[in-house]
Amino acid sequence: MSESLFQRIGGTVAVDAAVDLFYRKVLMDPHVMHFFDSTDMDDQRAKQKSFLTMAFGGPHEYTGQDLRAAHAPLVADGLNDSHFDRVAGHLQATLEELEVDENCIAEVMAIAGGTRDDVLNR
Amino acid sequence: MAAISFAGERHALAAGETVLECLERTDHEIPFSCRNGTCLTCMMRLRTGTLPEASQAGLREGQKQQGYFLPCVCRPNVDLEIEAPADAELFGRAMVSEVTQLTLSVCRLRLRTATPLFYHAGQFINLRRGDGLVRSYSLASVPRFDDALELHVKRLAGGRMSNWICHELAVGEPLDIQGPNGDCYYIGGEPDRPLLLIGNGSGLAPLYGILRDALADGHKGPIHLYHGSRTAMGLYYGDELQALAKANKNFQYVACLSGDEGGAVPGARAGRAETVALAEHRDLSGWRVYLCGYPPMVQTAKKLAFLAGAALQDILTDAFELRDLRRLRRD
Repeated sequence: MSESLFQRIGGTVAVDAAVDLFYRKVLMDPHVMHFFDSTDMDDQRAKQKSFLTMAFGGPHEYTGQDLRAAHAPLVADGLNDSHFDRVAGHLQATLEELEVDENCIAEVMAIAGGTRDDVLNR
Repeated sequence: MAAISFAGERHALAAGETVLECLERTDHEIPFSCRNGTCLTCMMRLRTGTLPEASQAGLREGQKQQGYFLPCVCRPNVDLEIEAPADAELFGRAMVSEVTQLTLSVCRLRLRTATPLFYHAGQFINLRRGDGLVRSYSLASVPRFDDALELHVKRLAGGRMSNWICHELAVGEPLDIQGPNGDCYYIGGEPDRPLLLIGNGSGLAPLYGILRDALADGHKGPIHLYHGSRTAMGLYYGDELQALAKANKNFQYVACLSGDEGGAVPGARAGRAETVALAEHRDLSGWRVYLCGYPPMVQTAKKLAFLAGAALQDILTDAFELRDLRRLRRD
């Protein structure tokens, strides 16, 4: 049997390597940083970790409903496609910085892209 | 909805309600202070049921195994049977051995316990006076050096506990203490890691303990301590810290003054401690950072330290709880 995406990308070690890099990029981006202002940083980091685990094809308990509920207040505050694209861009840049294999990056971006409608509550 | 059983009564929880809120609504008097899972004042014990993980975050492994949990952050999914822990399980007796004024608004309180308390410098304990009022203070003492527990108490306008300690409490009087609590302390086994310590006001207390603990442990990496105050009058322990800097090449002490006199005081930098510290240390990857003091400073500095490259789990914080200030009427 061929290895899963999560195994190929490096499992939880890869998630740990990516989470701070990714979170830093998001916090430093003037276009999206205000969505993260009022949140507890440790709590936020834990959520980023669950998100990356899911995007890396790992074991997770995310449902579309969870994503909708979690992002609904942000959508009310104006969260839209442009913000989603920025954050997705930061994810891609993080993976490139970590020199993740191109095919793996494409698979991760496809999984992340698949959450768009739930995140934006459409 | 889940329900709780306590003291022979059963109460259904309202949507989103914590166990503490439910007990208050049903006229039970549970001691509490921070209401956000930090201070452990409201700690209770599980008899039967399954606790949500969040209600035990921050407790020691032993406490978790014995079923202790924090009702202020407990939103159970299943029915719980709970009890108030016997007082003697949580609180011990201490006696005041010294009260000394360090600045106009900060005093040093020293306490002796009948049996030695096992703690790390920088952790905090809860003090309880006779009428049940509870407040948290951080430990500036280091077990291997100091026989007494040392706390720095900032006198707050309208602060019931802090004013009582600074003005009325006398040597020889008893106090109840609970603890130690918290994870803001020196972690051994990494002697070369650079350490950045930032505190304002009586936030120096845990840092003074952590610093001396690190030096005594043979820490070899650089240690930088920034103590901030608005005025020079608000600084204390300057001589002690200078002496430690002289005796230890890897330690640097920087006083920071954010008020008008800023640059005019010899040896002190102008500006807020966190601003000065982060301007002088722009790359914090691999550092451990300790932030102690007023919550807005701690929050800002935490974000800046993270953006400067420190890993989030390497940023340890001890933010004041300004309960009395929040309660102050604004008229």
